[in-house]
Amino acid sequence: MNKREKIIEVHDLVKRFGKFEANKHLTFDVNRGEIFGFLGANGAGKTTAIRILCGLSKPTSGSVRVAGIDVNKNPEAVKKRIGYMSQSFSLYNDLTVKENFRFYGGVYGLSNKEIRERTAFFLDKLKMASFENMLLSKIPLGWKQKLAFSVADIHRPDIIFLDEPTGGVDPITRRQFWEMIYEASDNGTTVFVTTHYMDEAEYCERVSIMSEGEIKALGTPHDLKEDYKVDNMNDVFLRIARNVE
Amino acid sequence: MLPIIILIPILQLLILSYTATFEIKNIRLVVVDHDHSPESRNLINKFSGSKFYKYLGQKDTYKEAENSIAKGTADQVLVIEPDFEKNLLTERKGNVQIVTDAINGSAASLMAVYAMSIINDFNGNILVKKLPLKFKGIPVKTDSSFWYNPDLNYITYMVPGILVLLITIIALFLSSMNIVKEKELGTIEQLNVTPITRFEFIAGKLIPFWIIALVDLFIGLLIARYWFGIIMAGSPLLLVFVAAVYLILVLSIGLFVSSLTETMQQAMFISWFVLVVFILMSGLFTPVESMPLWAQKLNLINPLAYFIKINRMIMLKGSTFSDFHNDFYILAGYAAAMLTFSAIKHRKTS
Repeated sequence: MNKREKIIEVHDLVKRFGKFEANKHLTFDVNRGEIFGFLGANGAGKTTAIRILCGLSKPTSGSVRVAGIDVNKNPEAVKKRIGYMSQSFSLYNDLTVKENFRFYGGVYGLSNKEIRERTAFFLDKLKMASFENMLLSKIPLGWKQKLAFSVADIHRPDIIFLDEPTGGVDPITRRQFWEMIYEASDNGTTVFVTTHYMDEAEYCERVSIMSEGEIKALGTPHDLKEDYKVDNMNDVFLRIARNVE
Repeated sequence: MLPIIILIPILQLLILSYTATFEIKNIRLVVVDHDHSPESRNLINKFSGSKFYKYLGQKDTYKEAENSIAKGTADQVLVIEPDFEKNLLTERKGNVQIVTDAINGSAASLMAVYAMSIINDFNGNILVKKLPLKFKGIPVKTDSSFWYNPDLNYITYMVPGILVLLITIIALFLSSMNIVKEKELGTIEQLNVTPITRFEFIAGKLIPFWIIALVDLFIGLLIARYWFGIIMAGSPLLLVFVAAVYLILVLSIGLFVSSLTETMQQAMFISWFVLVVFILMSGLFTPVESMPLWAQKLNLINPLAYFIKINRMIMLKGSTFSDFHNDFYILAGYAAAMLTFSAIKHRKTS
């Protein structure tokens, strides 16, 4: 694993909302090209942390470097290097499939030629070329999620952040979605993913498990299962969540 | 959505222009004639012949006539004293009484003015007909001519104002709903993680609505010309130029509201509140000059007041830029300030 440079470096990250500490001294690194699972129960502080990593929210203290750039000092520079797909589905329903690609391609400053090529590439890969002129509102949810992932990848970012990308999606589409994640990772894109599905956690190279604003465990799924002497990630998660009480 | 944005203003323009009038027509008149003489009938004929009056007939007693006002079936009562004709000829003075339903104060004063002018007219005739030798002539006679709107046609006066109102409504509502809608849908989050700058963002929000509102204005001007027959006295290009600047101001206010609020409901409420106050104070329906001083001062920040004034000047008076350049500069400075504000207010990082 020595081939890897660090693409995300978080050191002593604290985020407070008033008196409430949503993130308590988080410290972790993510390597380039890694699939990093960011797990935790609802309200554990995952979304807060991911928003800080993407430059949507400022940390109260601590340092966060994404793609070698200090997010706190230069969030806009970070935004050029990352793709983001959020919990709530966030392409435009009143635009067609193609128009959504066109719009985000334009926002990221791609040339018309690049936009055409990337759109064709993704639609071909998703076998959705015949739907390119269909309004997004008419497309089933699972397909939309795959489109949203592709749009997040349109400008070939270094890192893609996926915030619960497979919520409400059927198992087959979920499997296809993870194939897309693997493909991106093989091409050198780092994938930072939050999920509540523990089978998905098994697909990650390393996972961290958050609870009450702290990272309670961090390692490969294999190591974590050994540490907690259980045979699946679900039990690891339950152990950690129970220890809290 | 686009057909709605184009069609609704056209309908509003057609409906409002015909209905937003202050002319009082068809005043329902009841007469109590205690004299029953040729002169009293002459006076009654003057009223019933006027295009402003609808003569309902006579009542025997004042009590009955007053009842019809109380019931709301009549607006005005004309009471003619007994011996009206006799007094007129012998004492050169006949008495009539006008009673007006004053539930709407400004309408009542207009009705009273109409009645007075008919009676004055009647006086004039008497002076000429019956007493030609005793007077050297008619007292001072005023002849008025009305500039810019010679027929005193309310439609001519209202259409330019209503046009402003319509493009303002379109621009303010489209823009104030827009950013907040993206907040509700969550798409704003997606935009905030892109390297889009706040000025690009605001420009992207502003330009489409700006074009739509200008198209609406253009259609409205065509309707004003070819449906209402208002021939624009000034330069249409000048009007479009002022409108273009004005719309940037209105759109910026809308975007400002939109970035200030978290839900469409809040945005809707604030824009309605702002719009209704601006409209009522703008001088569209009531003259600004008759408002209290503080209200006139408040109009300094009312974009509608500036543009309705300028629009009427261009369309009806044929004013040129130098006639209103001060108002225009205020409008332009205001637009620049609000645009900057709304861009600053839009934050990508919380």
